[in-house]
Amino acid sequence: MTATLTPTTAPAPEVATTPVPARATRSAAAALLSDTLVFARRNVEHIRQIPEKLLDVTVQPVMFVLLFAYVFGGAIDVGGSYREYLIGGILVQSIGFGMVGPATSIATDLSEGVIDRFRILPAHRSAYLLGHFLAELAGMLLAVAILLGTGLLVGWRAHTGFVDVATALLLLVAFAAAMIWVGTYLGMLVRTPDAVMGIAFTSIFPLTFISNAFVPIRSMPEVLQWVASWNPMSAMVAAIRELFGNPAAPVAKDVWPMQHPVAAAALYCAALLAIGMPLALRRFRARITD
Amino acid sequence: MYDSLVRPTNNGSETGGVVAEGLGKRYGDLWALRDLDLHVPPGTVLGLLGHNGAGKTTAIRILTTLARPTEGRARVAGLDVVADAARVRERIGVAAQQATVDGLLSARANLEMVGRLHHLSRSEARRTADELLARLDLTDAAGRLAKHLSGGMRRRLDLAASLVAAPEVLFLDEPTTGLDPRSRADLWDLLRGLVDRGTTLFLTTQYLDEADRLADEIVVLDHGRTVAKGTPAELKARIGDDRFDVALATADDLAAAATVLRPFVAHEPTLDAESLVFSAPVVDGTRLIDVVRALDGAGIDAVDVNRRQPSLDDVFLTLTGATGRADGTDATGTGTGTDTGADVTVAGAGHGPTADPEPQEALA
Repeated sequence: MTATLTPTTAPAPEVATTPVPARATRSAAAALLSDTLVFARRNVEHIRQIPEKLLDVTVQPVMFVLLFAYVFGGAIDVGGSYREYLIGGILVQSIGFGMVGPATSIATDLSEGVIDRFRILPAHRSAYLLGHFLAELAGMLLAVAILLGTGLLVGWRAHTGFVDVATALLLLVAFAAAMIWVGTYLGMLVRTPDAVMGIAFTSIFPLTFISNAFVPIRSMPEVLQWVASWNPMSAMVAAIRELFGNPAAPVAKDVWPMQHPVAAAALYCAALLAIGMPLALRRFRARITD
Repeated sequence: MYDSLVRPTNNGSETGGVVAEGLGKRYGDLWALRDLDLHVPPGTVLGLLGHNGAGKTTAIRILTTLARPTEGRARVAGLDVVADAARVRERIGVAAQQATVDGLLSARANLEMVGRLHHLSRSEARRTADELLARLDLTDAAGRLAKHLSGGMRRRLDLAASLVAAPEVLFLDEPTTGLDPRSRADLWDLLRGLVDRGTTLFLTTQYLDEADRLADEIVVLDHGRTVAKGTPAELKARIGDDRFDVALATADDLAAAATVLRPFVAHEPTLDAESLVFSAPVVDGTRLIDVVRALDGAGIDAVDVNRRQPSLDDVFLTLTGATGRADGTDATGTGTGTDTGADVTVAGAGHGPTADPEPQEALA
């Protein structure tokens, strides 16, 4: 086999003392948190460089509110204020589409060399995904705030007490978190970042439109009524409407999720989180080792 | 096992450098790397030489914890690359073939981020970033987004990122590919400076002069296998004799030159048809003046005549040409006659196993 000539005759180093900078010895949890924040800051910095990245969570929801409130709204009868009816739907739809953000940025990172840099650094392995998660969650919360603000401007109000409103907000945060992990997982499945948009549109679009998000389920054909009633998006939207005390059109099909929307929505979010997050973390580990 | 390999160079203190033993990596049915044995003492430079697909990047990926070896073991900075991967990452710097910088961050922000992820404090990370920007001549570009930097600048930024933690072992995967000659020379200077200060350097290259200039030891890979290792001088010695080059003025003289020069040719001359350079290992005892006189006597106009040690190119072609690389450049010359230029093996061809009996052994 190998014909080695002679042992290395390289000059022996006099002293191999590379100065190693003092590294703070910290607990693993503190390191994970600090690494996560570094990665989160990186994403925020990206937004500073490309502000249009924020359009989908800022201008787009506002556009939808105005479009539905003033263009379609007059033609849709929900047995109450359509603008109040609308906000729950728009909130859920925006968060649903919010998975495009994490999916695209993860897919972009994976398609570029920068991911190798992160893999070689002594940073905690999960910190990269957690950092993404934090930054995306902040973006989604911003979108929710902007939506509610726009809602207030066009005449939406919450008619319930603090506990219900807080529960609604908590549910929205949980849904956002779940959709970010789903998006993160999607970002690791696709081969190119361009594929994300197509997949998101062909899944989220029918999911939100074949639901009670914008029109009462009763206005749909029989088959779609069943689909819409079982659609998790409908439960989410119904839960938000119930918790805000906004008008909800009468239930079309007496299925359990529509009778107990808050419980159903909480269950859906919990299930999505319980499946999506571990899947994403596992997939990431698989992607970064060979 | 490792210890016996390492201790002699390390005074019994913690072992450093890079040690690999029977390292192999299989992707599907294909062994990208097989039976790699390495011993790189701390503070020295190893050059891993090979064509694309020879297994160089696979070796780097295993040694930098990015890939798990299918077989064999390796230690970097005294730590096992599989069992102690996390601690290995604290001690190494890596600059991959493609710059691994974040295009949407400024040059400085990239370095600060890497510093923070190496767990430097915010102020340390900033100071280190500024130092490295200055050292790699990037201070003027500090605020520019990495994606707007030129290719050469991005490579330098990538190198800066790999130096943030003052690594004990620095891995560079084809560090000068795509760089202009000046940037290359600057980079070589910088790397020599690092090695002088005790850094162990592990670099892969397709450039023979780069390995020749920087490496203390060279390992030649071909199709995942080690085909030779040794110091640059040792590898050159493997090819044996000195060579002489005769640059002819016109193509018309080729046949005559081949005849006249035959007494001096030890074996298998080559001819570069474009530059009209006739090249061959010289017969022992040949004096250059005799060559010149013979040419002059035959009335052949030679532009240049020189005698030289075999270059790493010669070594490389001898070693890997003999493995029967099917890449077309391998005109294994059957022409033994030297009386016409047409029969002379065209340059770029492997010299074939007959050039040196040793490579056979290397490939068995």
